[in-house]
Amino acid sequence: MSATAPPAGGDGVDHVDERLLRTTPLKKLLARPELGSVVGAIAVFAFFAVVADSFLRPASLGTVLYAASTLGIMAVPVALLMIGGEFDLSAGVLVTSSALVSSMFSYQMTANVWVGVGVSLLVTLAVGAFNGFMLTRTKLPSFIITLGTFLMLTGLNLGLTKLIAGTVSTKSIADMEGFPSAHSVFASTLTVGGVELKVTILWWLGLVAVATWILLRTRFGNWIFAVGGGADAARAVGVPVYRTKIGLYMGVAFCAWIAGQHLLFSFDVVQSGEGVGNELIYIIAAVIGGCLITGGYGSAIGSAVGALIFGMTSKGIVYAEWNPDWFKFFLGAMLLLATLLNAWIRKRVEATK
Amino acid sequence: MTTDTAPLVQLDDVSKYYGNIRALEGVSLEVRAGEITCVLGDNGAGKSTLIKIVAGLHRHDAGTFRVEGEEVSLANPRDALDRGIATVYQDLAVVPLMPVWRNFFLGSEPTKGKGPLKRLDTGLMRTTTREALLRMGIDLRDVDQPIGTLSGGERQCVAIARAVHFGAKVLVLDEPTAALGVKQSGVVLKYVAAARDQGLGVVLITHNPHHAFLVGDRFVLLKRGVMAASHTKDSVTLDELTRQMAGGSELDDLRHELERPAGP
Repeated sequence: MSATAPPAGGDGVDHVDERLLRTTPLKKLLARPELGSVVGAIAVFAFFAVVADSFLRPASLGTVLYAASTLGIMAVPVALLMIGGEFDLSAGVLVTSSALVSSMFSYQMTANVWVGVGVSLLVTLAVGAFNGFMLTRTKLPSFIITLGTFLMLTGLNLGLTKLIAGTVSTKSIADMEGFPSAHSVFASTLTVGGVELKVTILWWLGLVAVATWILLRTRFGNWIFAVGGGADAARAVGVPVYRTKIGLYMGVAFCAWIAGQHLLFSFDVVQSGEGVGNELIYIIAAVIGGCLITGGYGSAIGSAVGALIFGMTSKGIVYAEWNPDWFKFFLGAMLLLATLLNAWIRKRVEATK
Repeated sequence: MTTDTAPLVQLDDVSKYYGNIRALEGVSLEVRAGEITCVLGDNGAGKSTLIKIVAGLHRHDAGTFRVEGEEVSLANPRDALDRGIATVYQDLAVVPLMPVWRNFFLGSEPTKGKGPLKRLDTGLMRTTTREALLRMGIDLRDVDQPIGTLSGGERQCVAIARAVHFGAKVLVLDEPTAALGVKQSGVVLKYVAAARDQGLGVVLITHNPHHAFLVGDRFVLLKRGVMAASHTKDSVTLDELTRQMAGGSELDDLRHELERPAGP
């Protein structure tokens, strides 16, 4: 090892020894993918705490968390998929499809609702596998593949429901065998310290924890970052790129199944036209949470913070008694700010040559 | 150097055709442990084709390809890796946004624990990365920094250290100094020499005869898909190598042509 290593040549970074890079703790903190979203969440919280009196009530907290959780359950796998470098535009309607399959199968077969729940899981996972398989086989952009799935599912949801149930919504399955137990698993309400919390909040937090574990502590997580950050490099060192991507799409499908069952068991009927447009909201939550839209960078916790910002904004506007039209404006501004922050981080991280 | 054992890699009269295109014809080279074999050539000379055959991306069409004396026809890069041939590509080395230690073990991550608790052994990964880099003479203060924050030369070095750590016997380096400045190139060449000193055989692909001459023991010159010359270090001078590499008389013609409009 030479003691007189030459100073850095032409890479513009100021260092003493070219093999030693200076980093400050502040810069390290700034490099966390969630940072921007956490700052944003605090700002949004403070803002509505000031302008809306009822925002700080415990009951409001439960409502905000519920709104955040139904979105957050899907934002988690969508964030993982985005870190893996892909999109899923079919995620929103897939939730509805999952609920429809579950409801109609149980109703038509007069089976225990858990049978429908199981069949729905298989069908939903199959759709996810289809997305992943088509993507890796055709090598077309995921935008196109899942746009196709999105449209097909939208049509199937409406068409099949009308064909089988005769109307645009399914028949109520509230009086069927197994409904109470399924309802308590997917749509019950727990009272914690006088605050009513929906069970979806538990599902959401559980999924965030599992996804964070997978991302940071497993081989599969390492591969997710790698296929999103540099698929060719990953393949060259032996990472199964295709299997990783198919797995990510099936993760989205699995969470769509959870969200779909919640949809079904909280209302006992499903409107077949629901879910369109939600796929963009999941992506927004992931991006606000610090996921790079080009892949390779982001976190599951960030997606949860993104979902929380969404929940606070959508309900905060109601509590502030404003016209809800403003909600979209807020969301758009938040998205732009988050993306700018991400772009800046990426430039800093990738500043190489 | 011992010459009585079989070379790690030996190509004899190897050819490769893509349809009716002759990409490579009659190329021979050998790589021995603790030696550096340089493959020199201009763009389109067949350097990439040669590297793809050695790395297992393409099969050769004629001639013999021996690894440690055994004749082979590599089916894929995994096959090459299993035989101890590791290739470091210029662009494909690393994932820029991932930390150095995650890049180092990418694709071969060590785990601990069982069942659902099976997890990355992050402590081992970090310390091993630091130690393996130190052995190559790279002293990183923080293996947690994204590898994209390293300079191009340092990234090459990490990729080389990775190949050495995972038990490569033969290291194939595709133009490791092509995109680098003079000083950075020097650093990379130093680590190439460090890998050689650890007993690896190295194939160094380059179009820079100065770099090649600094570290090379054997030189193979490719021109338009055929082998234009083959030298050992003691049978050639840098001037001669540069002259052959630059095209010899072609360069003289070029100099002539270029001089005319530049006149007073």
